Parts: sequence; structure tokens; C-alpha cells
Amino acid sequence: MARRPMFREGAVEAIPMGIGIAAWGLVAGVAMVKSGMGVPLAVLMSIVVYAGSAQIAALPLIAAGAPIWVVWVTTLCVSLRFIAFSFHYRPYFAHLPRRRRIALSFLMGDSNFALFSRRFSEVLPGHDHEEYFLGSALVTFAVWQISIITGIVAGHSIPPSWGVGFAGTMALLALTCTQLRNPITWIAAVVAGCAAVAAYALPLKLNIVVAIAAAVAVGVLANRTPALRKWVKP
Amino acid sequence: MSAIEIVITTIGMAVIALACRAFFLVSNQDLPMPNWLREGLSYAPVAALAAVVAPELVMTQGHVIDTWHDARIFGAIAGLAFYAWRRGLFGTIVCGTGVMLALRFSLGW
Repeated sequence: MARRPMFREGAVEAIPMGIGIAAWGLVAGVAMVKSGMGVPLAVLMSIVVYAGSAQIAALPLIAAGAPIWVVWVTTLCVSLRFIAFSFHYRPYFAHLPRRRRIALSFLMGDSNFALFSRRFSEVLPGHDHEEYFLGSALVTFAVWQISIITGIVAGHSIPPSWGVGFAGTMALLALTCTQLRNPITWIAAVVAGCAAVAAYALPLKLNIVVAIAAAVAVGVLANRTPALRKWVKP
Repeated sequence: MSAIEIVITTIGMAVIALACRAFFLVSNQDLPMPNWLREGLSYAPVAALAAVVAPELVMTQGHVIDTWHDARIFGAIAGLAFYAWRRGLFGTIVCGTGVMLALRFSLGW
């Protein structure tokens, strides 16, 4: 650790988010086991999928015996944001071998994306971005897997009234705040939030897709409106 | 679903999630991308986060809540206020959850 200062920095900055990740993981684990899929399958899913929001969205569908393609399309809708993450990471990781890039992408998540984009708003020469990413991503991965497996195993003994799930929501709210870098992002966030609520009744979690599309449209229009351009840069 | 169907579903989910995460990292060349989309994509992460959080705060069972007596709203406001004050992630989570639990257990909201 002493010889890997950027790894250490990433790991240390990921620790405060740990409580939110742990809460979210615990809730996801409890939800998985309550959906009736059994401990081994729940553990398998949490390790190979490693995407909390996709898992939580898929559970009621699996429990209800929905067709497999419905689960997959829902997973795709919930995972579209990862495409934006990979776009953001590309300049930082483009010099690495392809296998390494793909291995790193498995570790992408909301938490380490927010931390990374807060730490590096552009490529800084002489900084080891990969080390920082690995530090925060591996801490997040460990906390997530420990808490979700605890939830899967302890399942029924955690009462819902404790509001553990709300701590996960607060963690996402805090992450949203870290992304508010200029007034246009505020508008984009409010538009996305309203669109997601208004379109909530759509199947397949399409409300998330609608919300992203609406916010991207607002962002593009704002970038092209001369009167708003002064707000686009932080 | 049977166990084998769940395994197939899980593997598909893993492939889809990884394909999205690796989307722009697989190619050795930069993908051609119009400028407007490049600008627009920078708003996608904040939009996706807000889109996940907002329904969790203001909806119950698929309907928008119609009462102010909901502990979640005040928890969220407390969390936002803490973030505006201190910029701390840990404090935001603890403060928001604390206010929500206090209201739920003291007033039954």
C-alpha cells in the first residue's frame, strides 16, 4: 500500500461510501432470498452480475415467472447508464491492453464512477488513474459482496422498519449531488427525476430510459443555446 | 422459474451488464461520435442516478404520494441540506437516514 499511493487514495475515498453500499447490498440480499430463488443462485447472481439496480429490478420478474427476454430487456434498460460511464472512462484507460480494459469495466459502478469523476475531471498526466480506480472499485466490490451475501444468508431476520433500504437511497442521492457540476446538470437532474416518476408505469424499467433521453436532450439544447453557454463549464 | 432457467437468466444478465460497461472500452480506436452526442452523454450519469432516486423518494406502490406526512421526503431534504453544507458523502447518508428514522419512530410517518 505504501508504494501504491494512488491505489491507497482511491481505497480511502471509497470508505465513506461504504455505509451506503453496505445498506444497499443488505437490502438487495434480503430481497433476493425473499424472492424465493434460494441461497446458491442468489450468491451466483450477485457475484457474476454485480449490478445492484439490475438485480433488484429483475427479482420480481423472476419471482413472477416472467419470460427470460423480459428480464434481459429490463436489465438492459437499467444498465444503459454504464454505457455513459464507459464513455467517460475511455480516455483514462485507452492506453491499457483490451483484456485489462474489459476486466476493469466489470468493476464499474455508480459509487466508484462518482468518486472517480469527482477526483479527475480530465486526464492528468503523470497520475495513475487505473490505480485510483482499482483502489476505490475493489473496496466497493468487497463491501458490496460481503453485505449482499450477509443479506442473502441472514435474510428474514432483518426487519424492514429499520429503513436500511433508505440508507441505500440516501447513498444514491449523495452520488447524484456529486455530479451537479454546473447549473445545466441541475436542470438535467430535475428533468430526469420528474420524467422517471411521470413514466413510472411503463414496463421494463423504460422510465429510466425516458428520463436519460429527456435529460440528454436538455443538456444538448443547453449546450447549443448561447444564453446558457456560460453555465455549461463549471 | 426453474433453477436452470434462473442460471440462464443470470448469465444473460451478466453478459448484458458487462457489455454496457465495456461498450466504449472494447474498441482499440475511438468510436466516431457526433459532438452533440458527446456533450449529451456527459449528462447521462446524473440523469440515471436522479431517475433511480426520485421514484424511491416520492412514490409508494407505483403511485405518487399525496401527503406531506412521509418521513422519506424530510430525510431526503436533511440529506441534501447536509451535502450543501459539508459536501460529505458519509454525513449525507447518516443525516438523511437518521431524520427519516426519527420521524418514523417518533411520529409514525
